[in-house]
This record gives sequence, structure tokens and C-alpha cells, in this order.
Amino acid sequence: MRLAGAPVARVRIRRNEDLDQQIATGAYLVLFSVALLVLISLGLAVVFGLMKVINLAHGEFIMLGAYACVFSVRAGLPLWAAFVVAALAVGVFGILVERLIIRHLYGRLVDTLLATWGLSLFIVGAVTTLLGPQGHGISTDFGNVTVGALNLSVYNLILSAIALGMLAVTWVLARFTRFGLLVRGTMQNAQVASTLGVNPGRVYMITFGFGSALAGLAGAVLVPLTGVSPTLGLAFVAKAFITVITGGHLPLIGTAAASALFGTIDGVLSYAYSSVVGEVGLLIVAVIVLRLLPSGITGKLRSGL
Amino acid sequence: MAQEFAFDAAVPPRTGWWLFVGAASAGLALMPMFTDISVQLSLSLIFILSLLALSMSFLWGYVGILSFGQTVFYGLGGYCYAIFALNFGFTGWALLVAIMLPAVFGLLLGYFMIYGRISDIYLSVITLVVTLIFEKAIRSTSGPEYVIGSVRLNGQNGIPGVPGLQLPGMSETLSIEGVFYLAAAAMVLVYVGLRLLLTTAFGRILVGIRENEGRMQLLGYDSRRYKLAAFVLSGGIAGLSGALYGIWGNFIAPEMFNLNQAAQVVIWVIVGGRSTLIGPIVGTGAIQSLTVWLGASGVGQVTLVLGFVLMIFVLAFREGLLPTLGAAGRALRDRLRPPPAGSGSGSGSGAEPGKADQGGGHG
Repeated sequence: MRLAGAPVARVRIRRNEDLDQQIATGAYLVLFSVALLVLISLGLAVVFGLMKVINLAHGEFIMLGAYACVFSVRAGLPLWAAFVVAALAVGVFGILVERLIIRHLYGRLVDTLLATWGLSLFIVGAVTTLLGPQGHGISTDFGNVTVGALNLSVYNLILSAIALGMLAVTWVLARFTRFGLLVRGTMQNAQVASTLGVNPGRVYMITFGFGSALAGLAGAVLVPLTGVSPTLGLAFVAKAFITVITGGHLPLIGTAAASALFGTIDGVLSYAYSSVVGEVGLLIVAVIVLRLLPSGITGKLRSGL
Repeated sequence: MAQEFAFDAAVPPRTGWWLFVGAASAGLALMPMFTDISVQLSLSLIFILSLLALSMSFLWGYVGILSFGQTVFYGLGGYCYAIFALNFGFTGWALLVAIMLPAVFGLLLGYFMIYGRISDIYLSVITLVVTLIFEKAIRSTSGPEYVIGSVRLNGQNGIPGVPGLQLPGMSETLSIEGVFYLAAAAMVLVYVGLRLLLTTAFGRILVGIRENEGRMQLLGYDSRRYKLAAFVLSGGIAGLSGALYGIWGNFIAPEMFNLNQAAQVVIWVIVGGRSTLIGPIVGTGAIQSLTVWLGASGVGQVTLVLGFVLMIFVLAFREGLLPTLGAAGRALRDRLRPPPAGSGSGSGSGAEPGKADQGGGHG
């Protein structure tokens, strides 16, 4: 049983490794790191961007999605159906959380932070008590594919595609649907939206549910690589928070930009040294970026997504 | 925001408070005569952790900086003490280093966050992320190549055999009773020190920044410098707490940095009441006892209960135990007191403005 932890792209490099191959390997690792960051932080970013709520239980939502996926697969569902089940289950759970806890704390940023931290501990405790501290996993056999001189894991490519797909779907929903319009309106000015007949409470509830569903999907997609245990969320929260905060208030542009920046740093440093160096480097760059742009990369942009 | 911090300490302590401190100190001094070693050990731990809680509530309740990652300084203090003491043997100096180094790190981190004018919740999340990454970095140092001086960092196994404190002029390291006195003295001194600090001009400026940072800037104070100074001071206190923890348990491990530890600090402060300095000490005692009691009963349940406690306090008792009790006490007293003859509240109480706000809670 593999322990839960941040997945590392596995690349086998053939003999006669020359500069081109190194660059190709590096590029692949960077792409994978970027996709991974998008995957784990998009749900958090959507909720933060619209509701200004930082959900400290985000990692635990990912963990719940991972469990939902494992149990669905064990119940005989195909993997893609398990992904859907995980997203829906965590989405519904998110709506429940919004109704029971978050709803009472709108406008009180610090209190939402604290309450979701309590929720995070509560979920870890509950899952450990109910399912035990041991890890679970599922195996997939997508095998590897050879591109040029690189031997790449097919599943890593699928993961990257799903992450980009999530970004694209969120953009399309927000840009081209009526509900997306209401969400953008509420995001810019909840009071004006409310005067025009939009119920901001309902918009918040559904957005929180959608963000949670994205987290659930992320967990499900990660399971084949990392396995799942009650502390799975811990492996990702640090990176996800940094990405979202550095991204700033526009969820999609911010996440994409911050993921691209940090994914590159993380990918290069992890490849050259170790994943810990990658993470430390990411943090240092984040602190410097925030020193220069205190409200994040998109802080200066007035509107957008 | 102002209403949130009803119990202001920026007034000089009254005689009652000094009596309370004197009585508490005398009680602590006599305590080892009446308690056995196991009680002394667990009380010492509570005192040591109270310092960590104080370092957070000072920042949060009085300056308005919510640092989720006080455990960074706590862990750094522990590691500094262990590494310095094991390398050089001068435990007194090691204790000093364990206060200074976290303070310097606080200066560095605080400079980037406070001078960058990062908003409040960003600062909370960044401090939290810093402590998480520290934990990860320390955990990855299990190989024999990670050595500082002659001390192996040992990754997630931690550093065993951390020497006890040997004060100058003493021939042996502190006994369990000695550590009890050390921890109690540190707690009382830091508590009294912070309480008095808040009555100085510096302390009043800090409280002013909490109330309205823009106004303080217009009055000509560079608020960033004051906030940074408070951040550094609180880092030093947390470092002291970490070093004392190493002295207490003769053991240092990366768990000192982890998310659960960071969450516990927040819970101690919230449960006790962040708007007082005595509240976090009470909160630490209560939650630590609860944790020890729960710890015997199974896996995962400590986190379950602590998470639940945190949610309930945020949703229902935002001010924490002591302020809530204080407010209830005042309400009860007001109800029992017969209404003044004539026109009621207006003229009678107007003679001593603010007096009514100071009752209940020792600040």
C-alpha cells in the first residue's frame, strides 16, 4: 500500500540522455505540476473568488472525494463513473456544509476560516474513527506510452487533461450560461444583484456546492496515484492555499496564472533536487510575489473571471 | 471590530489584579509540596503550552494579527535549543538562542508579510502554510547527511536526549520540580510582562492599530513597524515555549510544527477568550486536560472532538469562555441590583464612564 502523499511524475529516461531529452523531460514535469496545482486548487479558488471564503477544509473535501471514488470502484463501477459519483457526493456534502455552517458566517472572514478549520479536524477525526487510519488504494492499468524518447504514464496524461478540462468547463459555465451570469454579477456586487432579483444566498449555496464538487473530483482523480488515508488532504492543502492566495480574487485567471508560475518552479526544483525543495522554493517565491503584489497576481485587474 | 474586544487591557492594572497575580504565584510556589510528580509534569506542560497560547492571543486579541502558524516559532525554538545544547552543552545560552532565532525568523517573515501589506486572512493562511512546509522539510531530513554540528536531525523520528536546563551556578540539570518552577515562572512573567506592556505607550499604539490602523497612520505612527515589533516579540515567546517543551520532555519532533498542533493553539485561545490574556491560559489548561483524557479512548476521537469544539465556539461562543462568563456575570449582577430610583441608567452611571466595562475577567 502506497502512503498518501504528493504524487511525483514518473519518467523513465532512456540511455544517451542528451540536452533535448532533458528539456523534454523538464517540460513534461512542468506541465504535470501545473495540471496538478490546477486540479487541487480550482475548487478552493472558485469558492474564494466568489464568496471570499477560504475553506480550510478543502483538503478534507479532496480526501472525501478520494474515498468516494475508492468505494465506488470497489462496488463495481467503472473508473469514470466513480469520478462522477465522487464529484456529486462531495458537491452535495458541500451544500450541506454551506447550509449548516458557512451560511451563518458570511462577511466574517476570520470566523469562516476558523469554522472550516474546525470542520477539517472534525472530518479527519470522523473518517479515522469510522474507516480507520489505514490507507486504501485502487489500481489502474493504463500503462505507459512512448513519445519520442520519453516514456510517459498514460494516467498522468489523463489527469492533466481532466485538470485542464475542469478549468475549461468552469470557464464555459461562468461565461456562457445564465447561472454563470448571475454568479459573475453576484461576485461583482452582491447588493446590486440582489436588487435585480437574484437571490445571493442561493447563488452562494450552489457555488459552494460546485467548488466542493471540483474538490471531490480532484480527490477521485488523484486516488489511483496516491491512494487515500484520512490525512490525504494534508499533502495538498499547503500548495492549494498558496496557489489560490497568490492567484488573487479572480478564480480562473488567478488559478491558471499562479499554477503556471508555481508549477514551473515546483517542477524544475523537484526534478533537480527533491519535492521538498520544490515546495520550499514555491513558498519563498509566493512570499516574494505577495510582497510585490499584496492582493495576488490578479489583484490589479478589476473584472474578469 | 471594536465591540469584539470588550475587555481592554490598555488601562493600568488595579489592585485586585496585583492581588490575583500574587495569590496565583504563591499558590504555584506552594503547589509542589501538595502534588505528586505526575501532576507536576502535566501542569508544567500546560504552563509551557500556555506561553504558546499567550504568544498568539497577544497578537490576535491586542494587535489584530491572526497568525495561525505560531507553531513555526515554537518548533524552531525547540529545535534551536536541542541543536545548540547538544552541540555546545551551554544550556542557558541555548535557551537564549532558542528565543532569539525564532524572533529573527519572525522579523524576516513578518517583514515580507507586514511591509507587503498583505490582508489579514492572507497573513493567517501564509503563516499556516509556512509551518506546514517546515514540518515537511524537517520530516525529510531522516538521512545521515542531515547533520548540524554533531546532531543528526533524524527527520520524523525527532531528536531524543535533549539535555535539561542547567542554570549557571548549579551543578546538575533541573529536576522535575525545578522544571515545574521554571515553567510556572515563565508563564507568570510573560503574562505579567504582556499585561504591563499593553499599558505602555507602545502597547496603546498596538491596541490603537487593532482598532483603526488608518487612524493611527494619520496620527503619524508607522503602523507596520509596530506590528512587526509585536510579531517578533510573539515569535520570541513562542520560541521560549518550544525550548521549554524540549527541556520538559527531553525530546523534540517535527510534530511541533504540524497542523494539529497549530489548530490546538487556535482552539486554546478561542475557548479561553482571545480578548483577555488570562483566558488563553485557562483555555490551554481545559483543552489540554480534555485531550489527555480523550487520548486514552481511541484513534481519531481527539481530532473529532477538538474540531467540534472549535466549530461550536466559533458559531455560538465567539468571545470564548471567560468573556462569556464575565458578560453573564455582569448581566446577572445588573438584574439582581434594584433599579435606581428615578430616571434609571442615564445620570447615575455617567459619572464614571467606562467603569462598568472593566468588571469580570482580569484582562
